[in-house]
Amino acid sequence: MLTPSYIAQQFINALNMGSIYALVAIGLTMVYGILRLINFAHGDMMTVGAYLALAALTVLALPAWAALLIPMFVVGALGVLIERLAYRPLRGAPEVAMLITSLAISSLIENGATMTLTAQPKPVRLPAELTQRVDVLGLNFAVMDAAIVALAIALMAALTVFVRRTTIGIAMRACSENVRVTQLMGVDVNRVIAVAFAISAGLAAVAGVLWSGKFGIVDPFMGFVPGLKAFVAAVIGGIGNIPGAMLGGYLLGFAEVFFVAFMPPEVSGYRDAFVFVLLLVVLLVRPTGLLGAREVNRA
Amino acid sequence: MPPSSLLQVHDLAKSFRGVQALQDYRLELGRHELIGVIGPNGAGKTTLFNVLTGVTPPTHGRIVFDGQDITHAAPDAICRAGIARTFQNIRLFRRLSVLDNVRIGLQAHSHDRLHEVVLRLPGFAARERQLAQQARELLDMLNLADYAGAQADSLPYGLQRRLEIAIALATRPKLLLLDEPAAGMNPTEAEALMRLIARLHNELKLAIILIEHNMRVVMGICQRIQVLNYGRLIAEGRPEEIQQDPRVLEAYLGIAA
Amino acid sequence: MKRFAPLLLIVAVLGLAGLAQSALNDYYQRVLAVIAINIILAVSLNLTNGYSGDFSLGHAAFMAIGAYTSAILTLPARTKAIVLPDLPLWLSQVELPFIVAILIGAGLAALVAFVVGIPVLRLRGHYLAVATLGLMVIVQVVALNWQPVTRGARGISGLPPFTTLLWAYGWMLVTVAVIWRIVHSPLGRAMMAVREDELAAACRGVPVFRTRLLAFVCGALFASVAGALWAHLITAITPSSFSFLITFNVVAMVVIGGAGSISGSVIGAVLMTLLPELLRRVETTLAIGGQPLYGLSQIVIALMMLAVMLFRPQGLMGRRELPDVLAGLAGARRASLPAHAEAAGEA
Repeated sequence: MLTPSYIAQQFINALNMGSIYALVAIGLTMVYGILRLINFAHGDMMTVGAYLALAALTVLALPAWAALLIPMFVVGALGVLIERLAYRPLRGAPEVAMLITSLAISSLIENGATMTLTAQPKPVRLPAELTQRVDVLGLNFAVMDAAIVALAIALMAALTVFVRRTTIGIAMRACSENVRVTQLMGVDVNRVIAVAFAISAGLAAVAGVLWSGKFGIVDPFMGFVPGLKAFVAAVIGGIGNIPGAMLGGYLLGFAEVFFVAFMPPEVSGYRDAFVFVLLLVVLLVRPTGLLGAREVNRA
Repeated sequence: MPPSSLLQVHDLAKSFRGVQALQDYRLELGRHELIGVIGPNGAGKTTLFNVLTGVTPPTHGRIVFDGQDITHAAPDAICRAGIARTFQNIRLFRRLSVLDNVRIGLQAHSHDRLHEVVLRLPGFAARERQLAQQARELLDMLNLADYAGAQADSLPYGLQRRLEIAIALATRPKLLLLDEPAAGMNPTEAEALMRLIARLHNELKLAIILIEHNMRVVMGICQRIQVLNYGRLIAEGRPEEIQQDPRVLEAYLGIAA
Repeated sequence: MKRFAPLLLIVAVLGLAGLAQSALNDYYQRVLAVIAINIILAVSLNLTNGYSGDFSLGHAAFMAIGAYTSAILTLPARTKAIVLPDLPLWLSQVELPFIVAILIGAGLAALVAFVVGIPVLRLRGHYLAVATLGLMVIVQVVALNWQPVTRGARGISGLPPFTTLLWAYGWMLVTVAVIWRIVHSPLGRAMMAVREDELAAACRGVPVFRTRLLAFVCGALFASVAGALWAHLITAITPSSFSFLITFNVVAMVVIGGAGSISGSVIGAVLMTLLPELLRRVETTLAIGGQPLYGLSQIVIALMMLAVMLFRPQGLMGRRELPDVLAGLAGARRASLPAHAEAAGEA
């Protein structure tokens, strides 16, 4: 059973899952870094993205690249809108107010989708050029698999350049160090937060499109568990830290896929439980994550 | 150890990400001493209190309080051992009543167990009455009795400072750390507060360390003064000595005055 | 008079429950029982989410623990031989009274909360929210995969219908009384101190970690009781019975009623049980294009939560309790006496 090609296949799987987790975790970690908000509606941005892609492919019969870009920009705008309407009025309120609001928004999206589109999962049929399998260096994989990894890496590279080189990106990192000081330095914090939500939601939408492409299915609750797991990834990497979220995403992808692939079948059913037990272990052993800094207590 | 010594601090140091906020700090404090720690902003005064109360662990050094090594003890354990503090930026339990604020301080030494609370065993009601009684006495002593039922953050600024002292006293400290208690007060108010502190020091037989930014405020009541600058102890002595010390005049008064 | 008010309340509630049990039809009895169960859930969740200031989302998980424990321990041995033939021998033989099964489930949930709380409650922020949701996923996965004991996705049905109105309201009274007493005691004040300012609380001698753990474990314990009552009301449980939906609705009850007020949680629970019950009829009758509007009641609850957070973040009751409000309305409230002193005198 442990043939080289099986192991290679699992490796590709893990890279796929890791890429998706990383894309989702980045958004969570960015928003948490600035607002200390655990955004429970983040996973639902995946869902909205996946439905939009499905509509673009089937109803509008658009090509695959459009089915990726439209969700990215539309959901990015949705993220900004939600921040403006629901979170911004709560700034300065206790941290928990925004957390509760994000729960309500999550419920709104999931049940809104259920009411209008029914809870029935809808199949996603990818264009043939994405499902065809290729052989490279003895590895056999679908074009989609390669596309997921390539796209995720490209987006993460672009994001890294953005937060290192652009003014607003640098302001964003400054905000996650200390919002108040950054504000005193003349940075328009509202704009920084809006951009963070746009990027965060846009990346989650891409992740949702990729997820639905990989598993061939869309349903109103599909984003819930991946959203939670992405939080685990963000914690593993050190919450608030963008490179940490990427690292955490891939580590979690590998841990999860290898758990399923190499554990006996009667144990592998516990995969989701394994992920959250992992969270508890990380919180116990190294709550700051791999790359995170200790949160300073100020008296 | 001499019975007169309450607190000994040896070679205390604290650094944040390589920045030395406090170094080579020493102190031997008597059981009924009132000393002042002064220094310009950022001299490490609040860091000293944070390290003494277990809020941030020191990077180096040893703290012995009342014969007990408390260098790495947790804040609540240090409080129960007998060190109470106030905060520079006032930290009250804002949405609780003034009375409840003081009761929380008082209950530092009561150990109610879950079953006693749930079953309301005989001693419970008596203890609660006693706690409320003691809280009222404390509020009386600090002239806050009229506000017992008010929400803590509804008090005017000066009274919030006094309430914070009341909560600190409620934990029955042997050593009281006051972090710029007169900050934001006008000279008359500051004067009155210093008289209150002197009175508490005498009546309650406490040791007190008083942090002040403004040197003049503490001159009158402190028996001894330490001067911090850039995290280092630059002078120590009686108030009149400190006032003459050239290093202090240069490092401290030269900037502040 | 004031002294006997709680006693009068207990007698009145149990009397009415007994009366309703013999007079009302099954549907109304079930709604009333669900109200009592939801009160237990909301009041117990309030201990963390309202008093100690930690945000738990673990109630569905603790309910599941209570429900499965009680189901397996009370099912008659003969039924078990058919429904759960692969059960370990010692479990297949036991057939415990309802009360014992409830208590064992509660103990188990408290133990799980303790184990989860140790790594999580030392940390700042709302890690507890995610960790408890993670716990919910763990419990669901275990219920789904531990075939010999839980029967997997098929769940366990045919449970004895033990949960009468007297049981439900009896437990509701116990829950409210215990939590009221905890809150109006030094332990409760310590919880509120931690909620208001964790660092300041520690510097004033409050054992912060132990206080947070106590709130979390007590909340879990009563959630488990509610789960057991619910299992023996519906008489069938599956892993998906204990989904995020339940936790979300209990959070809505606490938030809308007013976190930090026990009467608020009671009011929130009553409202948030009746409202969806009414809306569920709308969902099926007000169908657009012949398609039922499933999800409508949840959308209304979510919108209510959003509205509360924006316009009345303290919820309906704020942090006040019903007796204070009533006394205030009667104009009898002495301004100098704080609310909690009064309440402590009564209880």
